[in-house]
Amino acid sequence: MLTFARACLTLALLTAGWGVYASMRAARSREERWAASGRRALYAVAALLVTDFALLESAFVRSDFSVAVVARHASTTTPPFYRATAIWSSQEGSLLLWAMLLALWSTLAVRLAARRLPRATPWATATLLSVALFFVALSVFWANPFQLLDPAPPEGAGLEPLLRHPAMMFHPPLLYSGYTMSIVPFAFAVGALIARQVDVRWTHVVRRFALGGWMLLGLGMLLGSRWSWTELGWGGYWAWDPVENAALMPWLTATAFVHSTILFQRRGLLKAWTVGLAIATGVLALLGTFLVRSGLLTSIHAFGASTLGAPFVAFIALVLVASTLLMLARTGDLAPEHRLRSLWSREGLLVANNVLLVGLCLVVLWGTFFPVISEAVTGSKASVGPPWFERYTVPLAIAVVAVSGLASLMAWQSGTRHGTWRTIFVPLLAALAVTTALAALPGVTSSPPSLALFGAAAFVIVASTGQLVRAVRTRRLATRERTPLALTRVIQRNRRRYGGYLVHVGVAVLLIGVAASSGFERVRDVRLGMGQHARVGGYEISYRRATGTLSREKVALGAVLDVTRQGHHVTTLQPTRGYYPNLDVSAGPISRFFNGESTSAIGLRPSLGSDLWAAIQPDIHPLQPLMSDADKRFLVASPNVQALVVAGLVARYEDKPPPAVFRVIVAPLVEWIWLGGIVAIAGGVIAIWPSGLAALLLRLPARLRPYLRRFRPATS
Amino acid sequence: MRKVPLFPRTVNRDIRRREIDRGRKRRIRLVTALAAAVVLVAALAYTSFSAASEARSPSQLLRSAVPGRSYDLTGVVVPGYRRAGDLLIFRVRDRRGTASLPVRYRGEVPDPFRAGREVIVSVRKQRGTFVGQRDSLVTKCPSKFKAEAPA
Repeated sequence: MLTFARACLTLALLTAGWGVYASMRAARSREERWAASGRRALYAVAALLVTDFALLESAFVRSDFSVAVVARHASTTTPPFYRATAIWSSQEGSLLLWAMLLALWSTLAVRLAARRLPRATPWATATLLSVALFFVALSVFWANPFQLLDPAPPEGAGLEPLLRHPAMMFHPPLLYSGYTMSIVPFAFAVGALIARQVDVRWTHVVRRFALGGWMLLGLGMLLGSRWSWTELGWGGYWAWDPVENAALMPWLTATAFVHSTILFQRRGLLKAWTVGLAIATGVLALLGTFLVRSGLLTSIHAFGASTLGAPFVAFIALVLVASTLLMLARTGDLAPEHRLRSLWSREGLLVANNVLLVGLCLVVLWGTFFPVISEAVTGSKASVGPPWFERYTVPLAIAVVAVSGLASLMAWQSGTRHGTWRTIFVPLLAALAVTTALAALPGVTSSPPSLALFGAAAFVIVASTGQLVRAVRTRRLATRERTPLALTRVIQRNRRRYGGYLVHVGVAVLLIGVAASSGFERVRDVRLGMGQHARVGGYEISYRRATGTLSREKVALGAVLDVTRQGHHVTTLQPTRGYYPNLDVSAGPISRFFNGESTSAIGLRPSLGSDLWAAIQPDIHPLQPLMSDADKRFLVASPNVQALVVAGLVARYEDKPPPAVFRVIVAPLVEWIWLGGIVAIAGGVIAIWPSGLAALLLRLPARLRPYLRRFRPATS
Repeated sequence: MRKVPLFPRTVNRDIRRREIDRGRKRRIRLVTALAAAVVLVAALAYTSFSAASEARSPSQLLRSAVPGRSYDLTGVVVPGYRRAGDLLIFRVRDRRGTASLPVRYRGEVPDPFRAGREVIVSVRKQRGTFVGQRDSLVTKCPSKFKAEAPA
């Protein structure tokens, strides 16, 4: 079967190469048969990569350790769900997944665009297949997922314990989907440029892909941050790590692109800027994929210096140089169709928002690559930390939020001063009221950026909901429909607009969560013995008793913490630390159960008000002499006896626990981050939803009925 | 044949003046945008160079650490680290090499911290020892895409 899988991979490589040739020939000769051949090659590449992925997935599910990548990333003790998703925790599997997703999105895009953009589509197909070719070549020559182990080991290494979290299992494929979807607008921008078809049509074709990529990248980042908050023991959700920034940068340019296409389509503005943003998003998506594999930058993620660095750098440099030269060569075609009349208009503010978003992206890019820049300038590697990032990103984020709210209220071209004042009066009043009310609360003025962000977010929420309320009211007056029906109809008639407003509301809610949790979080590291207590952010934390469990997978040592406020019981938190056995038996037959990988299981009480978060660092050093002694005594004992000894040690810890170090966090409104994220994603779904799809789905049974009749058993 | 102007001379003059105004406006906007971009880049460059902490390996720090100055120490945790209350005492060695230095650290210890793992920690040299900045210890997540073993 593996021979077949390898053959499929090689065939995908050859087919992609053929597809590039056929599409380029079609673009030059304008012969449909070559264009069709290029498209078919793309569909075949997608089919071959899906087959390969399915075969690798089946090897993971079956724990086929003769496949090297399965042996390195799965084991029979890994739970089935994590075994099935361990495929993308490997370099080889993740590259295959990337290439497969790209081929699938490309297939969809090319199918939709072939008739609408007959001249640009062959060039876009060639571009998409070139990117696919590169990734398939990486899989064939540098990171082949179908390498055999002979003899096959009886057991695999298993999935890294830290990754055993549901959010972490969906986070990589979502990010990859976002990255790969962002390649579609890039390819069509390149295609439109080469074919000199730089009118609005290409943006109509790619709009949903751009929005889809934006949504998936956003969802991936949200799940990553959730995993970090609920699984990792450091008590944060964002660290400005290069790998996090790698996903944020294309997300920012994709946000700018989605807005600039509105201006391009409606007002004929920002033609070159829109093309540039599509290209920048594509290049940043490739850069993001490269960053996590290069070892170029120091990251908490150990994506070490693999051999993929050189081909990736060469490919990204080629893409960047070729795209820039292409844009320069097409300067004449990129002249805007209209000029901006007034900055104080919807289009003027959308331009300002675009500039702010790109500015944000440049700040993140600079900070992320600063180690490389500083090494080139001074000869020594230096890095900037979160305070540096926050110095720039916080004011820029406040400005983006405020301007996006303002833009949604303004009229196109240029409104009258009276009309503008009338529309912004209520949201402005709401923002001022919220800011003043919050400023009156004790301690809130200690974080002016948070306060400013609360005001800006209130402005956006009131502005966006106000627009919807006004539209519903107008419809009700005209049609006398009930409010829910009128609301549905209003949204249905202009999904893009109201979906967009919902996205604005979601992002505002998310930023309220970020501002509150980062500005007013209370963190305390305390060392507590059983029965002792500490005070954190108005809560009394008491260490009631120790816990210890032994399972097939790990040893878990923890604590039961009682949380009270003003004498009333609030909740009970149970943070634990899981110790996975060391696979190296030389570490000692008993000690190895405690000195393998260890992970925190957080004690969390989530709520819309504030999260109570606790992690424990048990002190297992008092057990050390007992472990060393047991290592000698039970060196040749059976696994069952060894397990009994470990259980005895766990019981001993439970009975006489030494003081443990706890990190306790009270984070206000932190859940709003994910709540806002869900609202924004829902808005994105509304905006992306194809018109008539619901009706089509409703009509589907009627359409299928004639076909189903054929299969009805004949009655005598 | 004599050309008859489409509009009276005064109207033509007004149109020309408006075009000149628009051209001037565009130029002003361009200059403002470029100036803002230059200011942003200059601010980024200045603040990043002044706020950055240098990444150093143990051997580099042993050779030339200036007391009181902050460095990002990067290297591998040496076996035999210990805890004394909330104080973590460990040694960090070069990624490729044996030179190592002791670090005394207080604060949050990441889950993946253990001997043999790559860490980054902000340190200052104080009386011959290196003191880690609170909560600055970062352990590389051993998740995936590990560096290939040297041939």
